[in-house]
Amino acid sequence: MNAIYILWLRELKRYTRSRAMVVASLGQPLLYLLVLGFGLGPVFQKAGNGSYLQFVAPGVIGMSVLFTSVFSGIGLLWDRQFGFLKETLVAPVPRITVMIGKTLGGATVATIQGLLVLIICLIAGFRPANWLMLPVAVFFMILTAIVFAGLGMAIGSQLQDMQGFQLIMNFVVMPIYFLSGALFPLNDLPGVLSFLTRIDPLSYGIDALRNVLLGASHFSPLLSLGVLCISACLFVGLGSYSFSKIEA
Amino acid sequence: MITVTNLVRKFGDVAAVDDVSFDVAAGEIFAFLGPNGAGKTTTIKILTTLLKPTSGAIEIDGLDPATQANETRKRFGIVFQDPSLDQELTAFENMDLHGVLYHVPRKLRHERTEMLLKLFELWDRKDDYVKKFSGGMKRRLEIARGFLHTPKILFLDEPTLGLDPQSRNQLWTHVKNLNASEGVTVFLTTHYMDEAERVADRIAVIDHGKIIAQGSPDELKRQTETDSLEAAFLILTGSSIREEKADSADQIRQMAKMWRR
Ligand SMILES: Nc1ncnc2c1ncn2[C@@H]1O[C@H](COP(=O)(O)OP(=O)(O)OP(=O)(O)O)[C@@H](O)[C@H]1O
Ligand SMILES: [Mg+2]
Repeated sequence: MNAIYILWLRELKRYTRSRAMVVASLGQPLLYLLVLGFGLGPVFQKAGNGSYLQFVAPGVIGMSVLFTSVFSGIGLLWDRQFGFLKETLVAPVPRITVMIGKTLGGATVATIQGLLVLIICLIAGFRPANWLMLPVAVFFMILTAIVFAGLGMAIGSQLQDMQGFQLIMNFVVMPIYFLSGALFPLNDLPGVLSFLTRIDPLSYGIDALRNVLLGASHFSPLLSLGVLCISACLFVGLGSYSFSKIEA
Repeated sequence: MITVTNLVRKFGDVAAVDDVSFDVAAGEIFAFLGPNGAGKTTTIKILTTLLKPTSGAIEIDGLDPATQANETRKRFGIVFQDPSLDQELTAFENMDLHGVLYHVPRKLRHERTEMLLKLFELWDRKDDYVKKFSGGMKRRLEIARGFLHTPKILFLDEPTLGLDPQSRNQLWTHVKNLNASEGVTVFLTTHYMDEAERVADRIAVIDHGKIIAQGSPDELKRQTETDSLEAAFLILTGSSIREEKADSADQIRQMAKMWRR
């Protein structure tokens, strides 16, 4: 228990101490929010879909949760390169404890990051349909963060060097983001795209956020909850498994 | 305390550890000596559950590190050859994290951290980030951390690498004390023969993954008819410098050269 706590705390400390990183990582969502939110706004409105800023805000929140949580898992690569990984691997605690501490730490950091983006959205003019639903939105952020922190750990356990990182970025993280419906509505998509969005767990995370914050959604909230819970178990399980197999 | 029988570990086709057998008795200080690339670190990694052996049998305090990893981990402490600190944490936080992972109760953890950081002259800098430390200070912190809990077996992989004479002296005195007062078994590697001669009860010399001699420092000297361990070591392992196996970056560079031709 203590081991989980101390490793969780380590992730949090590393996050709060790198202020420059926090600011930098807010830049990208901000760009998406302002440029797309205001740039595509008129077209979106004309098509009869309402305010694009309202629509894209949950997507941008989901995006920062995705990036932050996956990267926290990939942070294993840094631990490996700076050698700290060995210290945790020989410690007399079950590997699963180490894995859970790190995953929860990464998920916490990702949730905080999501909240910061939510605040930015509010400043930019985003208005939730029902303020009382905010805690539920946070709950879905946490769930989404756990899903992708688990995925990040599974990937991080396999990566040996920086080259792999680019590969993962381009062929895993970006597709998950673009196929999630963060930027466009999931209605009336062509067959293949529609299929791909349906197998992307982030679609459900963002859709659930939209449901909670805007009161409109593509999937039923229960389906989203179910898919997120199952993906969380799956990815955290996969992460634990690959973490337990690490050699250093 | 440690029994290794016919241990082999291959990386691809290369056997880094090639049919090695030895025993370390409880309470013994055992030095594992050998030129660069001999297979010392690889052996330690296998003993400490970081690598799986290709073949062979190991027992650590009656346990098999390959199948009873977690139980085995409770038995030993280790100072790695390569850095293993969290640079983004302070010296104190690094010690504390280690203490929690090794189940040292809070009060004891703080007492011992203070004692050890003072011993290795880091107490003034305890709240500084490790990334701001000099190489030797980082090394001292790793060693202090290694002593935070008292294990049954202590692995020290070139602990004195980059240390000044004062710290080296502190280290070996502390190791000797721990061994005498708590009966800690010590498994160490070093390239400084005088250190090995000073602290080790028994020595094994390994070269190209094979053990080529074993015995007390005196026995090794007698066997080679020399009067210092350094001379004995040179006779046993030859005086040519080991060509380091090309690392992956070198290999890529070599490939690139071949393609250009
Ligand atoms: N991860 C690895 N992949 C491939 N080869 C490796 C790996 N680790 C070690 N080796 C090889 O195994 C051999 C033994 O290395 P090892 O690190 O055990 O040597 P050592 O005795 O500790 O040397 P040194 O005194 O330089 O620390 C070397 O030839 C090395 O290149
Ligand atoms: Mg070595």
